Amino acid sequence: MMIYLWAFLIGGAICVIGQLMFDVLKLTPAHTMSTLVVAGAIADAFGIYDPLVKFAGAGATIPITSFGNSLVHGALTELERDGWIGVVTGIFDITSAGISSAIVFSFLAALVVRPKG
Amino acid sequence: MPAKTKKSGVKLKLDTLTPQDYDKLSKPFVPARPVFKNCIRAFIAGGIICVIGQGVQEAFMAIFDMSSKEAASPTVAVMILLSVILTSFGVYDKMAQWAGAGTAVPVTGFANSMCSAALEHRAEGLVLGVGGNMFKLAGSVIVFGAVAAFIIGIVYLILGVDGGAHT
Repeated sequence: MMIYLWAFLIGGAICVIGQLMFDVLKLTPAHTMSTLVVAGAIADAFGIYDPLVKFAGAGATIPITSFGNSLVHGALTELERDGWIGVVTGIFDITSAGISSAIVFSFLAALVVRPKG
Repeated sequence: MPAKTKKSGVKLKLDTLTPQDYDKLSKPFVPARPVFKNCIRAFIAGGIICVIGQGVQEAFMAIFDMSSKEAASPTVAVMILLSVILTSFGVYDKMAQWAGAGTAVPVTGFANSMCSAALEHRAEGLVLGVGGNMFKLAGSVIVFGAVAAFIIGIVYLILGVDGGAHT
């Protein structure tokens, strides 16, 4: 049950960082999200994102930083397995579930939903 | 449009007003952002979304006998589905007004940005509207994430760093 507490605390903390980037640094949402993704990617490069995932579970995998983490993960895993070409083929390996479902569900929603105003 | 300020004797040079001047002039009238309150709200909302994600993940692990790593992808997919449904009913945007980054930073916010762009541009057609605009906001996240991952991959390749920790 402790994992739920840590998921709440770490997930919330990452969102607070995002909020501070909005309010204090006055960044646009797009700049904030891009920065967080790159931060997640760099964190994985130094191998510090995985321990965070083990520790906080969904608190680390649900924020957008985990997207950067997964991109690097995919690239490095296939780099090891297939050599240099893996850097290109592996990038979207793990994030495919997220990107594909976001595309498909959004498209279906656009087909079904009547826009309001 | 040239403002006719000279006529009324106002010496504000509206035509030559630079964005910097505008910021300086408007500053006393812009309400200060309630940073602390926003952060508390972002913390609570973001935390709750992550707890829901944790619940979904544990459910996948229990029902389908998955490891936590295997359950991560379906969990993200379910969270995105929830986000798209809430966005379609206009609920997510209401939540976002209260929660700020608390709803934007989780992956549900990523899905929300794609879905709302798709809905917003539906009237322009499926190809030009939905297809062309879906990644308007989410695109920058994917571009910068992919470029960062590529650079890190190249650095690992050149340095020959053992990525054994990454499997």
